[in-house]
Amino acid sequence: MRPGSMRIVEDLRDQNILALEHAKKENKKIVGMYCAYGPQELVLAAGALPVSLCGTRHEPIAAAEKVLPRNLCPLIKSSFGFAITDTCPFFHFSDFIIAETTCDGKKKMFELLRRYKPLHVMHLPQGTDRPGALKWWMEEMNILKNKLEENLGVEISVENLRAAIKLLNRERAAMKRLHAMNRIDPAPLSGLDMITAIWMKGFNVDKEDGISLINQLTDEIEDIAGKGFSPFAAGTPRILLTGCPVGIGSEKVIRLLEECGGSVVCFESCSGIKTLEYLVDEDESRDPMEAIAERYLKIPCSCMSPNSERLDLIERLIGEYSVDGVVDLSWQACHTYIIEGELVRERVRERFGIPCIQLETDYSNSDLEQLKTRISAFIEMLGGS
Amino acid sequence: MLTVGIDVGSIMTKAVLLNGTELKSLAIPTGCSPRDSGTKSFEELLNASGLTREDIDYVIGTGYGRISVPFIDKAVTEITCHARGAHYLVDGTDMVIDIGGQDSKVILTDGKGNVTNFAMNDKCAAGTGRFLQVMAAALGSDVSKLGDLSHGAEPAQISSMCTVFAESEVISLLAQGVAKKSIVAGIHKSVANRVAAMAERLGKGSRITFTGGVSKNDGVKEYLAREMGREIIVVPQSHLAGAIGAALLAQDRLRAKKS
Repeated sequence: MRPGSMRIVEDLRDQNILALEHAKKENKKIVGMYCAYGPQELVLAAGALPVSLCGTRHEPIAAAEKVLPRNLCPLIKSSFGFAITDTCPFFHFSDFIIAETTCDGKKKMFELLRRYKPLHVMHLPQGTDRPGALKWWMEEMNILKNKLEENLGVEISVENLRAAIKLLNRERAAMKRLHAMNRIDPAPLSGLDMITAIWMKGFNVDKEDGISLINQLTDEIEDIAGKGFSPFAAGTPRILLTGCPVGIGSEKVIRLLEECGGSVVCFESCSGIKTLEYLVDEDESRDPMEAIAERYLKIPCSCMSPNSERLDLIERLIGEYSVDGVVDLSWQACHTYIIEGELVRERVRERFGIPCIQLETDYSNSDLEQLKTRISAFIEMLGGS
Repeated sequence: MLTVGIDVGSIMTKAVLLNGTELKSLAIPTGCSPRDSGTKSFEELLNASGLTREDIDYVIGTGYGRISVPFIDKAVTEITCHARGAHYLVDGTDMVIDIGGQDSKVILTDGKGNVTNFAMNDKCAAGTGRFLQVMAAALGSDVSKLGDLSHGAEPAQISSMCTVFAESEVISLLAQGVAKKSIVAGIHKSVANRVAAMAERLGKGSRITFTGGVSKNDGVKEYLAREMGREIIVVPQSHLAGAIGAALLAQDRLRAKKS
C-alpha cells in the first residue's frame, strides 16, 4: 500500500517551478545551492529562498563534456551541463549561487561556472580535528554572510538567523522522523519512494509547506505500518545505502536493489541521514553564526580527512535499522568516496560480519546488466530472492 | 529428482541434467540469440535422455542470458552458481576464479559453496575471454589453440589493459619480429595479472578453483598460479561449473519445498 501523499510529493517539482516564477515576480531573491555544506539558515535569514540545483541526471553530461574532461564524476558534469545548457529552472531563477570546495573537481568547475551566475565558493577546511578548523569555517560563514548581504542588498539580522535556525531544525526533525519509519521491519516505504521524497524536498520553495507535507506523509506511513502493510515480504534483505549523493535521475542502483529483491531501508548519503544527525544549537546566549558553523562542520563527508564520524554513523545505523547488508555507491572518479570505501568495508565486516559491496558506476544506463548481476548476486548472498 | 541448470554465457551455452548424482551435460555456441541457444541446449539435453520438460522437476537459468530463457523456474546469478558448482567439482574450494567470455569474477566462499564476497571486472574486456579472442584474431590463431602456444616461452611485455590498444601492441610486436609464442605468453600473463589483482584485493584463498571457458586455457592457468603464488585447480568440467551449480541449487530448492 503506497501512501497517497507520494502523489503530491511526485508533483512537487512542477509546483515548485511555478512557485519560483511567482516568487520572482514578487521580487523575492533566490539562492541556488549545490551541497549540504551550504548553510541554508543564512539564505533564509537574508529573506531569500534557498533551492537545490540540478545535478542528478545523465542528459546534460554530453554538453558538459565539451568543456570538462570525461573522466570526472557524473555529478560535477551533470551540474555543470544543466547550468550551461540552461535546462535547470532552479539555476535559471537563482540570483546567487553558493558553492563549496568539497573536492578538486568541483572547486575548479566552479571557476568556470561563475561566468554564468554570481557565485561564491566557500572554502572548507581539510578536516575537522585541527584546532583551527572551526575558526576557519566560522570565518568562511562570515565571508558568505557579507557576500549575501552585498549581492542581495539586505542585512542579515541575529533575530532572523535565530528564526531560520528554528525553522530548519524543525525541517530536519521532520525528515529524521520520516527516515525512522523504515526502522520497522518490513519497511513500510520503498527505498525508491523514500529517495523521491528526500530529493523533492530539496527543491521545495516554501519551508513550512514542505514540513507539513513531510509530516503528512510520515503520519500516513505510520498508519500504514500500524496496519501491518509493507511493499516488501517479511524477510526481504534490508539494505543500507551509503556513499555518493543520489537523486532522481541517478537512482538506478536503488531501483535495481529493490527490483532484485532487496529493500533499501536506510540512506546514509548526503541527501539522507548524514545531514540530519545534528541540529543547530538553539541556545540564545550563543552567537548564532558560531552555532551554525559548528553544526555544518559535523557533516561526515569524505572530503574531510580523517572522516571517522562517517564510519561511526554507519555503525549506528546498521543497528538502528536492522541492516542485513551495506551498499557503498561511488560515482566514477569520485576519489574521496572510492578510497574511503576500503575503510567502510573493513568496518562493516569487522564489527558486524555482514556483507558490504562497493558499486562504482555513473549516471548512464550502459552498465545496467552488469550492475544487475552484481546486485542480484549480492541479494542472493543475503539470502534473498 | 530431475533438475536442469542452463548457463547461457556470452559465447557458450552450457546445460546440465542432474538425476540424483548422475550428471549429463552439453555445450553449444550461444550465437546471436541467448533465447534460442538456451532452448536448443535444453531440448537436446532432454532428447538425449528421452525426457520431456514435464519430466524435469526444476530448472534454474544462469549466465548473462538467464532472463531470456522462457522455460526456467528461476534465474540465479552466475556468481552464486559458480560458487556452488566449484564446490561440487573441487571439495573445499574457498575461492573461485571464473573467467568467461565477457567478464571475469573472483568469488570467495565459506568452503561449503556459499558466496561470502565477490569482485567482478568493470565495464571493459580486459581480463576476459573476449580479450583472448581479439588477440587470437590479431595473431591469426583460434582462441581454443592459444593455451598450447605459449608453453615455455618468455612472455613479451603487453602493457595496455585496453583490448583495443593491446591489439595494436600485439600487431606492432609481430611487426618487430617477436616470436608468436612469446606474444601469446604475454597475452596470458596480461589476463592473469588483471584477474590476480582483483583476487588479491578480495582476500586470500587456500583452495582456488578456476572455472569458466577460459579455464581450458593452460597458459592463463599457469600465469595465474605464478602471479598468485598458489595452486590453481582446474578439472575437466570446470567450464560447466555454472550450469552444475544451477542444477544443484535446483535440487536444494526442491528439497526445501518438500521439507
